[in-house]
Amino acid sequence: MLLDVKNLTSKYGATQVLFGVDLCVEEGEIVALMGRNGMGKSTSIRAICGLNPVSSGHVAFGGSDISQLPSHKCAQMGLGLVPEGRRCFPNLSVAENLVATARTGPWTLQKIHGLFPILEERSTQMANTLSGGEQQMLAIGRALMTNPKLLILDEATEGLAPVIRDQIWAALKTLKEQGQAILLVDKSLREVMSIAQRCTILEKGQSVWTGPVDNLTPDLQQRFLGV
Amino acid sequence: MSRESRVSLVVLVGLPVAAFIAHISGETYIINLLTRMTVLGLAGIGLNFALGYGGMVSFGHAAFFGLGAYVTGIAAFHAFDDSLFATVPFELASTNQMLQIWLIALLLAGLLALLIGFISLRTSGVYFIMITLAFAQMLYYFAISWPTYGGEDGLSIYLRNEFPGVQTDKAFSFFLLCFAILLLVLLLCWRFVNARFGAALQGARMNALRLSSIGIAPFPVKLTAFVISAMIVALAGALFAELNGFVSPTSLSWHMSGELIIFVILGGVGRLVGPLIGAIVFVLLETYLGGLTDRWQFFLGLILLATVLFANGGIMGLIGGRTRHD
Repeated sequence: MLLDVKNLTSKYGATQVLFGVDLCVEEGEIVALMGRNGMGKSTSIRAICGLNPVSSGHVAFGGSDISQLPSHKCAQMGLGLVPEGRRCFPNLSVAENLVATARTGPWTLQKIHGLFPILEERSTQMANTLSGGEQQMLAIGRALMTNPKLLILDEATEGLAPVIRDQIWAALKTLKEQGQAILLVDKSLREVMSIAQRCTILEKGQSVWTGPVDNLTPDLQQRFLGV
Repeated sequence: MSRESRVSLVVLVGLPVAAFIAHISGETYIINLLTRMTVLGLAGIGLNFALGYGGMVSFGHAAFFGLGAYVTGIAAFHAFDDSLFATVPFELASTNQMLQIWLIALLLAGLLALLIGFISLRTSGVYFIMITLAFAQMLYYFAISWPTYGGEDGLSIYLRNEFPGVQTDKAFSFFLLCFAILLLVLLLCWRFVNARFGAALQGARMNALRLSSIGIAPFPVKLTAFVISAMIVALAGALFAELNGFVSPTSLSWHMSGELIIFVILGGVGRLVGPLIGAIVFVLLETYLGGLTDRWQFFLGLILLATVLFANGGIMGLIGGRTRHD
């Protein structure tokens, strides 16, 4: 088991947001974390990555407990986060964004350029001059450059043009073929179901359903996701 | 070549050419003025490394500037009457060799910056400014109340220290020495800024949490930059003391820290050669405007105000074009 989260709870100050999230990702597996707005998807991811304090519960990554580690340690252990809202370093060039966080492993600058050719073209441009879709590709590339064991994508296709979304989904399929483990949060049910193997659904800060995406019947979709 | 590079090149070529012309026409005063620009520019470049690239608005870099100056002054003081430079923790003979003095200055400044940075980098914003200021003021009052080394009156350096192969007492030779150091430091900063370290440092300025979430802890990166910045400023302080032949607690005071910030803002925050331009303009104003009126700082204030309001990247931004920081 690559990532094993058990009974995770977390608070923003005094307000409890997560009330018991169970989640697991196997090596090479793609798992989707789903649920309506405000159910705790992003908070779960932030808690796993050490960006939000874990109040109780268990977060194991590669067999070791990471629930109390600061975020840079989590990242060093192999969690590659692509945060919500494509957060690049605005005044660094595309190349600098990618190289700054590089760690040795199969992912190199050349391979990132292979995955997203536009990033090679834009190499010397400042990140804040890129379009939204290009910035998202940069954010994914930057996370991959850390050679993560698990890539975590928070709303990676939100607010992007359909043609750009297709490119990103295609890139994620390539990653899947290469055996990259991915935990993703996304609202586009159709694409998620075509790429993910399993799905965990959150409701009011709790995981309420886990299973293979094929078992996610229209009935369940209606009940938990409102679609 | 970008416009900024061309402007930088013009400045870096112009300075020694001007000094050479002054040299052949025997204008020692002008050479010393150019040396002053070079040394203050060096200090600005040092501060810019922390302030411009790392986003650490230190209001206490005078501590390092003054430390470098005092190490030079104290060394010269002991070399003059051949007494010991230090007795604790071990006996250290006095020296009049700049290289040895600089080594001590760099070492002490590095250690001091490690201490100050370790404490103050836990804060940010206005607290960071205040803590760095507090440390510098501590040193300032310490220097004032240390009668052995002149206390409030400061310390005169009767003979300029020596550097192998350079006639340091000749104005032009000393200018060339300072200028060579400036070039070396610029090269070093350029390397740092364009390496992964520089990208991480700028990432820490833009968003520390984001940097952390991709596996780089911002604190050690910022601390390293703070220490490097302090060491550059200390070296400038040592050269400044040699140039003036005098060290006083003023070099440790918050006015000095403020002047360093002015060089950076005037010249261009986060522009490699910007602070040198800032220092050149500052020294020109100080000399020529200061010759006309004692209230020259009023006009400096106006210029600074105009820079902040209308020239986002400082003078370098104005003539060198906008880049990443604007």
